[in-house]
Amino acid sequence: MTDAVAGPIVLTGRKVVGGVAEGEALVTHQTISGWGGVHAMSGTVIESRHELKGQSFAGKILVFPGAKGSSGWSGVFHMTRLAGTAPLALVFTTMTTKVALGAVVMRVPSVTDLDGDPLALIATGDWVRVDGDAGTVQIWKGGARPSSVG
Amino acid sequence: MGSPMVKLTGEEQAMLDGAKGAATAKAMELLIRYADALGAERFVETNNVAGVPGSSIPWVKEYYKADGGDYRAVFSRFDLDSDEVVDVPRMRAFSCHLQGGMDPTLWAEQGMTPEQHANFASDERETAAHGVQILKTCTPYIAGNVPVFGEHCAWMESSAVVFCNSVIGARTNCEGRESTSSAMLAQRVPDWGFHRDEYRYGQHKVNVEVPVDSLFDWGMLGYFVGLAVEDTIPVIDGQLGQPSLIRHKHFGAAAASSGGVEMYHMVGITPEAPSVERAFGANRPGETFTYDAAARRRIYEALNGVGQSTDVDFVMLGCPHYSIEQIAEAAHLIEGRKVSSNSALWVFTSRAVKATADANGYTKTLADAGALLMTDTCSSISAAVPPGTKVAALDSAKQVHYLPAIMGIEGWYGTTADCIDAACTGKWAGRLAEPA
Repeated sequence: MTDAVAGPIVLTGRKVVGGVAEGEALVTHQTISGWGGVHAMSGTVIESRHELKGQSFAGKILVFPGAKGSSGWSGVFHMTRLAGTAPLALVFTTMTTKVALGAVVMRVPSVTDLDGDPLALIATGDWVRVDGDAGTVQIWKGGARPSSVG
Repeated sequence: MGSPMVKLTGEEQAMLDGAKGAATAKAMELLIRYADALGAERFVETNNVAGVPGSSIPWVKEYYKADGGDYRAVFSRFDLDSDEVVDVPRMRAFSCHLQGGMDPTLWAEQGMTPEQHANFASDERETAAHGVQILKTCTPYIAGNVPVFGEHCAWMESSAVVFCNSVIGARTNCEGRESTSSAMLAQRVPDWGFHRDEYRYGQHKVNVEVPVDSLFDWGMLGYFVGLAVEDTIPVIDGQLGQPSLIRHKHFGAAAASSGGVEMYHMVGITPEAPSVERAFGANRPGETFTYDAAARRRIYEALNGVGQSTDVDFVMLGCPHYSIEQIAEAAHLIEGRKVSSNSALWVFTSRAVKATADANGYTKTLADAGALLMTDTCSSISAAVPPGTKVAALDSAKQVHYLPAIMGIEGWYGTTADCIDAACTGKWAGRLAEPA
């Protein structure tokens, strides 16, 4: 079989924040620091030695294990919403108070507790649709945009 | 908002419906969104909240200009994440403001402008007017807010959170700005994580096989533990010397920075770890990590990995904010000496502790030597170092983790005495002595 004609991979999990968004995935296997780890005005990861250092999550579906670092996490990600640099949606694997509150105040569709490992199944550049209310993630490998969304 | 999944008591439903005013209703809305995001089933009541309510940089006030750009607008829109601006009453919970943006009198020395200071002073007047205690410190537990065992708290500041859970046995998650500001009004926080017994048990074991019996060594062990266990709960056992408040303060801050530790157990030392078995409770012990002389050396080298030049032009002490015991020691070490003309020494503490330092003459001893005792903030929080700083010396594993990265400078980690010597000579001469 070929991925090109296959339908999307579908993962089902739990709503964190409702709403629907779709776009290109930005994937990291490393947790992300808010305060001291992200430049809110550009949505860029600035932490030394982070694999996303210098990359912006603005307008992307951010797929990551979760949050680490300072209790300023929600405040910094809240600022990305004001600055227009927030991710389109969050897909993550480890629940913490930092990432829960950050997702709430960013007001972007967010899901966790998925029935497959999003960090293994999603690669940067894949096209991803997150339905927060349904708790689902649809993945089109290789970034092929679906012809219709149903 | 849709119907919440978290169960509400009658009083919580009434707050949501506006029985205690519009701001408290907005606070309940935010807390319900947050509880549902976590998957919490209920709230716990809290009357001990530490955050940074309403304080903001001018950029945020400018962003909310259409709403007046004032404290009320920022608190409504940002702190409560509300879609409308509401009147903010006096906070209902016992509430404290954590560290802030600058020293209230030495702000010019920290490189702040009169406009920045006016913004800071205005926020502080509003904070006080809303009944929030102006503690202005990362160490509320030595400045007027000491929780008790089992007390449910809602605290920000990772080093304070880890102290609260581990050393005191009080219960708090690592809260954020919006949840603490909301909890100040609604006196509620989701019953999730560290509020629950089953979440507080140990997950991994750390065996200490080299004596750890100085402030300097407790900091290095903390940094090791955070790297080893990341954000899980370690059970530490072995050759730990006499515990003290300042040793725990340094250990926890280091472990929270290198790994995100929010609670630790030390067998026979911390209140929820009378034995290894009790510390692990229902959990099966995971991995075992060993801290020995080789690990100690590796950590020392890692902490000094961003030091090249031995010409030290800045020494910063007070991360987390110094206790009176530490200020007394610094004053004793520097009495009769002078800070080098090529260097500077800033010591940070809370306003409450500084009042005692003033009374004891320590502030004057430091000033006579050419050092400054500052409050409210630190070099990392405010990105404030003396102009031209290239190489800093620090006695805090947490500060050496953050400051060089934030300011793009070099940093050395050593004992308090190493740092005072560096301030007086302008040269770094720290080294790793054999374990005590």
